[in-house]
Amino acid sequence: MSDENKKNPDGREPDADRRKFIKNTGLVAGGVVGGSLFGGYFGNMMGKDEDDDKKKKERKAGTKFREARQFFSRKEDFDVLTAAVERIYPEDDNGPGATELGVPFYIDAQLAGEYGLNAVAYMGGPYKKVKSSDRYQTRLNRGEIIILGLRALNDAGKQKDKDGFSKLEGKEQDKILSDFEKGKGKITGLSSDMFFELLRQMTIEGCYCDPLYGGNRDMAGWKMREFPGAHPAYINDIDSKEFVKMDPISLEDYQP
Amino acid sequence: MAKKLDKVDVVVIGTGWAGGSIAAELSKKGHSVVALERGEDKTQQDYIGAKDELRYTSRKIMMQDLSKETITSRNTSDEEALPVRTKNELMVGTDVGGGSVHWAGATYRWSPFDFEIRSRVEKEYGKDKIPKGMNLQDWGITYKEMEKYYEKWEKTAGISGEKDPIDKHRKMDYPNPPTIETPNIKLFKDAAKKLGYHPFQVPSGNVTKQYENPDGETINQCQYCAFCTHYGCDFGAKSDPLVTVIPTAKKQKKFELRTLSEARRIVYDGKKATGVLYVDLRTGEEYEQPCDVVAVAGFTFTNNRILMMSKIGTQYDPKTGKGTIGRNFHGQFNITFLGARGFFKDKKFNMAMGAGALGATFSDLAGEHIDNSKTDFIHGGGMEIRQYGDGPINNNPVPKGTPRWGKEFKEKSLFYANRYVQVWFTPGVPAWSHNYLDLDPTYKDHMGDPLIRATMRYSDQDRNIAKYGIEKAKEVVEKMGADIVDVDEVPEEFDHIYDGGHYAGGVIMGENPETSAVNNYLQMWDAENIFVVGASAFPHFGNRHPTATVGALGYRAAEGIEKYLKDGGMLVEPKGSKAKA
Repeated sequence: MSDENKKNPDGREPDADRRKFIKNTGLVAGGVVGGSLFGGYFGNMMGKDEDDDKKKKERKAGTKFREARQFFSRKEDFDVLTAAVERIYPEDDNGPGATELGVPFYIDAQLAGEYGLNAVAYMGGPYKKVKSSDRYQTRLNRGEIIILGLRALNDAGKQKDKDGFSKLEGKEQDKILSDFEKGKGKITGLSSDMFFELLRQMTIEGCYCDPLYGGNRDMAGWKMREFPGAHPAYINDIDSKEFVKMDPISLEDYQP
Repeated sequence: MAKKLDKVDVVVIGTGWAGGSIAAELSKKGHSVVALERGEDKTQQDYIGAKDELRYTSRKIMMQDLSKETITSRNTSDEEALPVRTKNELMVGTDVGGGSVHWAGATYRWSPFDFEIRSRVEKEYGKDKIPKGMNLQDWGITYKEMEKYYEKWEKTAGISGEKDPIDKHRKMDYPNPPTIETPNIKLFKDAAKKLGYHPFQVPSGNVTKQYENPDGETINQCQYCAFCTHYGCDFGAKSDPLVTVIPTAKKQKKFELRTLSEARRIVYDGKKATGVLYVDLRTGEEYEQPCDVVAVAGFTFTNNRILMMSKIGTQYDPKTGKGTIGRNFHGQFNITFLGARGFFKDKKFNMAMGAGALGATFSDLAGEHIDNSKTDFIHGGGMEIRQYGDGPINNNPVPKGTPRWGKEFKEKSLFYANRYVQVWFTPGVPAWSHNYLDLDPTYKDHMGDPLIRATMRYSDQDRNIAKYGIEKAKEVVEKMGADIVDVDEVPEEFDHIYDGGHYAGGVIMGENPETSAVNNYLQMWDAENIFVVGASAFPHFGNRHPTATVGALGYRAAEGIEKYLKDGGMLVEPKGSKAKA
């Protein structure tokens, strides 16, 4: 963590804040919390891990290599995903959209793991049809839902343009997405609103998750929202009458 | 065949506030105690650096793995129940400390009105005020009797707060000073005062000063870091079992914590329990742990289910009203915590900063204080503003009518992220004869045992009190000067989303064995050496958050178990069927 990470509107020195934080917690005085917190977290706070920080920065510069598909086998599916998430969270004057924030790769990674496989969901049968798409009552896991939903989006797109959803004008894409949101899309084994809700939710997740998951690239999602991320403590700022703007901190820099 | 182990005095099932307090108290007295926890071994160290919204709030890493066991749900007893399959639909804590680790920290006592609710309503409003089917009943204990247990628990937990200006009953000061009054909280208080209410800071388990509790455990000072509800505390500054009762128990020679140990049955000879059958989840091996007393102190669903699977007590039947296990299932979820949101064009708050229980409230509309002869419901509610510290994934408030995605959504969700307030109403929730728990005939858990089945629908009471709360919340938000005020809508029917963790009842306490499963020491009427402790014992839900009452009941039960180990027998004389609903 470097000094420019913390800007106090009243011009207080960041170091003064750190000392106050440590004093206030009583952690040092009480000596009740074990080594990892001192060694890692306070090490960072006190700026003792500068070499470590340097190494981290070098590593960060080379992160592009992680952006390959591990879940989507067809590039066409991934292109539809990329087009759809960009409509859900588009680039505008505030800043980047879902694509630039890394959302397609975020979703790809999530679907390749526990979440996409529904590893901690109850998936025992029998399955019954329900009216509400808020209830998860399909035998499909999330990975399957997204694949089937994207292909259905593309099928709907192909009725307008032979090259499919990703090549349509934004407005036409919105029309199809809006139909899916209302449950009017056609997906075998699934209501289209359930697919849309999952896609929408995962898009937002990808815009605002910690960058460790592949989304919120360069914390740009957090910056647009003025969200400070894994900031250690607000005890000295929370009663401020003014909004306190801080540069965000990610877990890579925060965790011991 | 289960391997039979050496006998101990007490087996405690579950390690949350209830189980943890019982384990600490009895092992401190020199009794041998084994605590069985099906979740993983966790300490405060597991949560250092846990500021990860996706992992904790969205993926709910601290909640039960539903692939192994969930619940099924339906509205009425002629429907087929379906499993609640994902953590988006069901939030139940797991691992050492249970739901008491991820909790927010809002810590209210329930009122004298709650503990004697049927008598009070009959006396003040007449018997006819109670609608048919509402199983309103006294708890078999009074606030005065509960007070010392509340006090003990508040001291153990280092609760931080200030006196409710209109509470006439509380004697003890909070062990620690209240949380910080932030600008949006002040705005709420000013508005509430203008409307004639008496606001105060929410009593908090986010501890405001470094504090040593009577057991010698230290709780650190809350940093308002925002990663609080759904998280274990980064700093050991949230009062939870991991920094209080569990380490206290672990210091006792005769205490043993067995994690990844799932209790499956209470071994019962028709009169008493002789031990607990459990499975070591690492090896799949079965063990029988003999004991003198079983303290069943899991979550509501766990407590009900293990009694049903062990065939102890009589299953509640909604047609006849007979039987007590599964009776009065209820809780504070979905149709509760409704209210109003205010959006500001020129005010900006530090919404990313906060703590689970940071907020303000007033009690002027609580059941203890309002006149139910003028309302189309029984009980009342608390009004709260909270400042949890909003994560960006799960908090994207926009005014009504804004699209849920696309350019306009992005624009407005960014603009209002730090320019909004939410005020909600926390109603009391009476229980109904048609809402109950039993075992599902179809769906099984990972070991082939039936899932528990919830039958739950709303009544006019639920909808009317929700409407009232929303209307009152709207007045407050308007007075706060919001440019746009949106109100929540009252749902017509329960949608099977079990959010927030406030599910209760099924093994309720009372003075009459026909309408309650446990007496006021949480001792089962049908088995004198089984104590069933937790929110499962609530006959109804008071109009505030439940944790202090769970904590207090833990200490009440610990005292009962101690008495029982000394003298044996039923600790309370049962009373006749005067409380028949």
